[in-house]
Amino acid sequence: MVEIWNSWWFQNTLVGLLVVSGIAVVLRLRRREYWRLAYREVCRRRGAVICFFVLCLYTLVALIDSVGWRNALRDENGELMRDPRTGKVVYDRGGSALDHLLKGISSKKEKTYSSPMSRESFMLESVNRDGKVLRERPPLKHPGAHLLGTDRIGQDVFCQALKSIRTGMVIGILTTLLAVPFALLLGVASGYYGGLVDDILQYICSVLSSIPTVLFIASFMLIFGRGLPQLCLAMGIASWTGLYRLLRGETLRLREEEFVQAAVAMGVPSWRVLLRHIVPNVMHLVLITAVLRFSSEVLAEAALTYLGIGVGSDTISWGTMINDARTELTRDPIIWWKLCTAFAFMLGLVLPANIFGDAVRDALDPRLRTQ
Amino acid sequence: MLAYIVRRILYVIPTLLGVNVLVFVLFFLVNSPDDMARQALGEKNSDPVQVERWKEAHGYDVPLFWNGNASGIGRVTKTVFFTKSLSMMWGDFGKSDMTHESIGDEIIRRALPSLCVTAPIFLATLLINVFLAMLVATARGSVTDRVTQFACVVFMSISTLIYIIAGQYFFAKLLRWTPVSGYLPGLDCWKFLALPILVGVISSLGSGIRLYRTLFLEEINKDYVRTARAKGLPEWQILFLHVLKNAMIPILTNVPLQLLMLMMGNMMLENFFSIPGLGGYTITALNAQDFAIVRSMVFLGSLLYVVGLLLTDICYSLVDPRIRLG
Repeated sequence: MVEIWNSWWFQNTLVGLLVVSGIAVVLRLRRREYWRLAYREVCRRRGAVICFFVLCLYTLVALIDSVGWRNALRDENGELMRDPRTGKVVYDRGGSALDHLLKGISSKKEKTYSSPMSRESFMLESVNRDGKVLRERPPLKHPGAHLLGTDRIGQDVFCQALKSIRTGMVIGILTTLLAVPFALLLGVASGYYGGLVDDILQYICSVLSSIPTVLFIASFMLIFGRGLPQLCLAMGIASWTGLYRLLRGETLRLREEEFVQAAVAMGVPSWRVLLRHIVPNVMHLVLITAVLRFSSEVLAEAALTYLGIGVGSDTISWGTMINDARTELTRDPIIWWKLCTAFAFMLGLVLPANIFGDAVRDALDPRLRTQ
Repeated sequence: MLAYIVRRILYVIPTLLGVNVLVFVLFFLVNSPDDMARQALGEKNSDPVQVERWKEAHGYDVPLFWNGNASGIGRVTKTVFFTKSLSMMWGDFGKSDMTHESIGDEIIRRALPSLCVTAPIFLATLLINVFLAMLVATARGSVTDRVTQFACVVFMSISTLIYIIAGQYFFAKLLRWTPVSGYLPGLDCWKFLALPILVGVISSLGSGIRLYRTLFLEEINKDYVRTARAKGLPEWQILFLHVLKNAMIPILTNVPLQLLMLMMGNMMLENFFSIPGLGGYTITALNAQDFAIVRSMVFLGSLLYVVGLLLTDICYSLVDPRIRLG
């Protein structure tokens, strides 16, 4: 399963599908007056619009980092290299579009730490000059090339921070995409049909939600191994219960409304009532929850990764960056740039997400407005 | 009333049973005892003989659900499900897979340090957040309110990791007010606990103030507040005597939820500050792949949550006479 997840054709198809369906949803919602009003309401807040653009920027980086290709290997003469046995063209490991774009910076490796924009190494080295041993900072191989410095093994910190964006966005988006259909389907069914269906679903929900989230994710990761898809799945399973309860309650209320009663009286089949009358009327709750939860999921990823139950150390994320950087603060003089970069990039995503989420909530559900 | 409480207590049992079965499915069906043995022994020495020996030494060598070789009640009791999973229902957590120490004893030993961290954080957070939210609610609509609101969002957007690392750096390394990490049993522990508690309180300020402010503002628009104003009561009296009393009801329901959330902060804080509590215990077990301990902690966590929820529901029905006992 992990091999399929890691293959480029799967990633490219998934990203393509996501983008297309995202555009389709937006186009469809634009036709409805309710959503157009909400859109106008959000646009009236300048802060929210700015935050939206920042989020778009992050999404763009994540998208560029999610599509990729493999290059065919060539020999010295520029001929395509072929497998001697099968005659197939040999490819390299490949990289995302962002990897290809950043090749100029990420290939400029140093020996070890160097501070941002520095021209010399951060570490003192013993140099033998005219018979005397001096302690000095040797010049870098690529002076001034590292905007945010390099880490312990000489990798560019800025590149790592950019690569982390995808991990954060995938966690935030995929978890929601996994949890929302579950919560929507079960919540609406539970509230509308009631009876045995409701009892069983409520029982499952109360069992799942009584396990502390961290411990659930921890045992899930312990058993299925660390990795980005596993983490998304674990967080998705752990987080659908809240939205389920909310939607169940709202459906219970809607079921008694006159327009639903009228539809039932006219003999509309129940699946059609759900699809046409109930689901569109709870969609605003789904959207609000999805947007508001995004930021907490990004934050949770860093914490879980630090605890050793998040993505593995082979995946670059803000969590692994902070984890690496933690010991660097105990050095003297301290190495601050890796921690600060991870912090700034994370804040740059979470803060706009929070502000934008608040604006969306206020626009869609004036009752929830924080006065 | 009594009938409600009894019914509510009885509902705890099927929930816990469900958790128990779920934990069993995750830890024994998805990941069989053979897999566990292989993971514990490592790739090199996991030939079938050693796997069997490991399973025998740790009590995993019986069938999962039904023991056909045993007689009488032993057919049910001499199974992995009964001895390793169901036994947790009556507090028998068994032994660690790695160190062979009793998990129950370890939990009792580590509960106090854990409580020394979470209880002060919980109390201080509640008091400070309610007080500050009250102040913000009095100044609603003003510039102060908007600045505080924005500050809250910023506070919420910062990872707990950053709070802990920054706290350790400034207070322990630069100012040298407290030790960086560690723990001493007895009364001296306050020196080690001061920093984790401070960090814990600060990291919850943002979301706390926002939550309570919303709760207060919901109350402030109600009729009884208008009546109190019409009577000519001063604003602070309305807020602290009338609004607080009513707003405390939803805050009360939030208590077990908060306790649950503290478990995570607890894991983080205990890990960073090397406090020998339950959170640290779980993390160590996770890194050592000690399934018995992780299993027990998952069940203990749900037990605490379910009991917390039960207590909240009972408190809720006692405090608010409007709650109908359906």
